[in-house]
Amino acid sequence: MLRIRKAPIGVGALFILLFPWVAGRLPVIEHYPDLMVFAGIYCLVTIGMSLLMGYAGQISLGHAAFYGIGAYASGILTTHYNLNPWLCILIGSAAATAVAVFVGAPSLRLRGHYLAMATLAFGIIVNIVFREEAEWTGGPDGMGGIPGLDIFGFSFDSIHKYYYLVWIVVAIAFFFTIRLIQSPTGRALRAIHASEAAASAMGIDISRSKIVVFSFSAILASVAGSLYAHYMNFINPSTFDTLFSIKLVIMIALGGMHTIWGAVVGSVLFAFLSFEWLHQFGEYEIVVYGLVLMMVTIYLPEGLVGLPGRIAQRVRR
Amino acid sequence: MASEPHRSHLLEIEDLVMAFGGLTALMNIQLRVDKGTIRAIIGPNGAGKTTLFNLITGVLSPTEGTIRFNGHVISGQKPHKIAALGISRTFQTVELFDNMTVIENVMVGRHLHINTSFLKCGLGLPAIRSQETAIEAHAMGLLNFIGLADKANSMADSLPLGERKILEIGRALATDPLLVCLDEPAAGLNETETETAARLIKAIKGKGVTVLLVEHDMKVIMNISDHITVLNYGEKIAEGTPEEIRGNPKVIQAYLGDSIAVI
Repeated sequence: MLRIRKAPIGVGALFILLFPWVAGRLPVIEHYPDLMVFAGIYCLVTIGMSLLMGYAGQISLGHAAFYGIGAYASGILTTHYNLNPWLCILIGSAAATAVAVFVGAPSLRLRGHYLAMATLAFGIIVNIVFREEAEWTGGPDGMGGIPGLDIFGFSFDSIHKYYYLVWIVVAIAFFFTIRLIQSPTGRALRAIHASEAAASAMGIDISRSKIVVFSFSAILASVAGSLYAHYMNFINPSTFDTLFSIKLVIMIALGGMHTIWGAVVGSVLFAFLSFEWLHQFGEYEIVVYGLVLMMVTIYLPEGLVGLPGRIAQRVRR
Repeated sequence: MASEPHRSHLLEIEDLVMAFGGLTALMNIQLRVDKGTIRAIIGPNGAGKTTLFNLITGVLSPTEGTIRFNGHVISGQKPHKIAALGISRTFQTVELFDNMTVIENVMVGRHLHINTSFLKCGLGLPAIRSQETAIEAHAMGLLNFIGLADKANSMADSLPLGERKILEIGRALATDPLLVCLDEPAAGLNETETETAARLIKAIKGKGVTVLLVEHDMKVIMNISDHITVLNYGEKIAEGTPEEIRGNPKVIQAYLGDSIAVI
């Protein structure tokens, strides 16, 4: 179950590699690589969150804040201080880690869903800061002029170039996480998920493990936020509000929270749903999300990733 | 006040009190467990046996008193710290990692002997892999010892209760403990399974590991323990060898009642 299955990874990698080329040849889906940039950015956030949800058994309702911390670190430090964008990504991650430890440490020492409550409040507070500190953040109108990314004179200035950049980062996060799950550390996390009493009796420091996972997920969210800022060159607070935190949870539930694949599938699907397929619902979009979430939790508790297994089981019967 | 720690006393409990609000679960408990012996804790339901285990393993912090283990004061410490000092345990309601295979359960028990970090694991460094091979071999050796080697790759939740209890003991041994606390290892087992469990506990003692045992099965207790401590309503009412306990009128009255005939 926890061996790396090479076939899906190969298919996935090939798909990601060839997708822009294919899309470029079909006028109907010509703009899909742009959507896939957002899908990739969402993937980064949800990979970390699904590790937190699926293995540490904790839900965060404030990851949009970490996403925003990365984005605003990149935005503020590049436009106000002219810092190198890559350095800003690092500083954003460091800030996200510090904040994650500060928010996570007290609530993760307790059993139960205190983290969900703490992160919910934290997300709201951070969003208010983004809105009110207009001198730094541009307030509700947002801030523009954020530079793009380049490396050794190579500039990620087209959608296709940025597409590959984002998906390379997703691949790194994906393999890091998969390796982690199969390692002794991952085994310890699965142990915590199954029985905290037994895990601690085996010498596993439960609160420390949870804080580390939470911080890791915060770093990924922050990197994703920075990538978003450098792609859009413009950010505003509503991108990083609590509704987005909830959308992140929906992505994971949709894909399936017990595998990292679920995060990837859920994020990509969600990006297409929200930007492409659910547009005609307008203001009622959120109602559709609610329905989707209800349907998935009732009929597909393992998410879409669990669907093939379910069908196979049906057929065998 | 506290007497000189004796070299052969692995576990020393002094004046231990545990109160939950108005209810005193344990009152002034003194207990000394010698290295390399099997000590049984017996007593009727509600006597405070599991509470005592939870205090020794750090699940609870005592209201008063100290617990010393191998030269360290462990009362009030976190469970994972106490595990690192060499105390391991099983649970009355079997607490296996049901999302893992049998061998993985034992491998979790090697956690304390792994030199690792989040980053090293995520990067998949070769050092981690060679360590994993060693851990797997060690776990396989333990599965042979407890007689579950042929089930190594079965999921833990597919085992019958008897084997689940045995596996839990195996997992507890994987930490290389100096002391294992077994909470009712024979409860719910049939006669053959009980014999297997008793034999295993004796074999653990044979390895030089000290055993602390809570159990209701009198046959098992009389058969394998070196010393027995009897609790009743949170107080220690008797202590001694199985022979001494068998003849102790206080114990007979409090605990065994008419069922003395079955021993």
